[in-house]
Amino acid sequence: MKISFDKLDKAFENRVRLQIMSVLAANERYDFNSLKDLLNITDGNLASHLKALEKEEYIVVHKSFLGRKPNTNYEATAKGKQAFKDHLNTLEQLIKQQKLT
Amino acid sequence: MEEKDIQNELASIRSIMERSSKFISLSGLSGILAGIYALIGASVAYYILYINPPSSLSGTTRRYFSIEREAYLSLQKSDLVFLLLSIAIIVLLASLITGFILSRRQARRKGQAIWGKVSQALFFHMATPLVTGGLLILILLIRGHYGIVTPATLIFYGLSLISASNFTFSDVKYLGILEIILGLIAACLPGYGLLFWAIGFGVLHIIYGSMMYLKYDK
Repeated sequence: MKISFDKLDKAFENRVRLQIMSVLAANERYDFNSLKDLLNITDGNLASHLKALEKEEYIVVHKSFLGRKPNTNYEATAKGKQAFKDHLNTLEQLIKQQKLT
Repeated sequence: MEEKDIQNELASIRSIMERSSKFISLSGLSGILAGIYALIGASVAYYILYINPPSSLSGTTRRYFSIEREAYLSLQKSDLVFLLLSIAIIVLLASLITGFILSRRQARRKGQAIWGKVSQALFFHMATPLVTGGLLILILLIRGHYGIVTPATLIFYGLSLISASNFTFSDVKYLGILEIILGLIAACLPGYGLLFWAIGFGVLHIIYGSMMYLKYDK
């Protein structure tokens, strides 16, 4: 069976989005500021990628307040986790395929 | 995308999953140093207990408390306990400060926040059994159960390591199990408390610290 690069999820073409999904696959929830520190990117950059993943319904947002500070948490949806898993599997198969050829 | 790119991609995913959920900046070197502090502390305690029993201590304490002879005799024992407790607390503080400084250095090198989401989780899961055990031991000490100290410190420390191991290197879990086993053996063999304490906090820390230093510190 020939696996092509088309099978890779377009939503994860961008590195930051893939990294966000990795974090949310390893952790139940992650907040905006911790994500920002971990990935070392700007507020605006992170927000736009989160928005894109949210639009795909790969993540959901939980907004709450810690005292008076807004605290935004993100969680991967079942759909998002499945997409992430599929993406990893495809990457793995691509490696295997290239080793054979 | 070439194979190397995909490999890089997978490696970066693995690294970010690890960094987001585990505090990987725990320093092995601080484990070695904590072990050395513990051995020094145990030697001082041994010296006070067996080589130079507190006759030298009695003069000052008697003057300090200026009390009757009978009361003094009963006080001497709790005074000795207080002295040994001070040694233990100094060893603990020195180890914590060393651990904090070296881990902060390591965190900077690995690009991880020293007081981020993960280290907070690590701290909370470590502190809960540790503070519980510490308070229980203090209460039992006040009620005169001196024999409980070594087994209880080892067991509660082991429990705190196991609980913390979910948020850092899994090696820590095995150190925790060893500490608990050692604590239970110490409970069966009263009178050898200092020896078990030196093995658990001194020798095991040096062995595990060296292992972790070789594995992760570079």
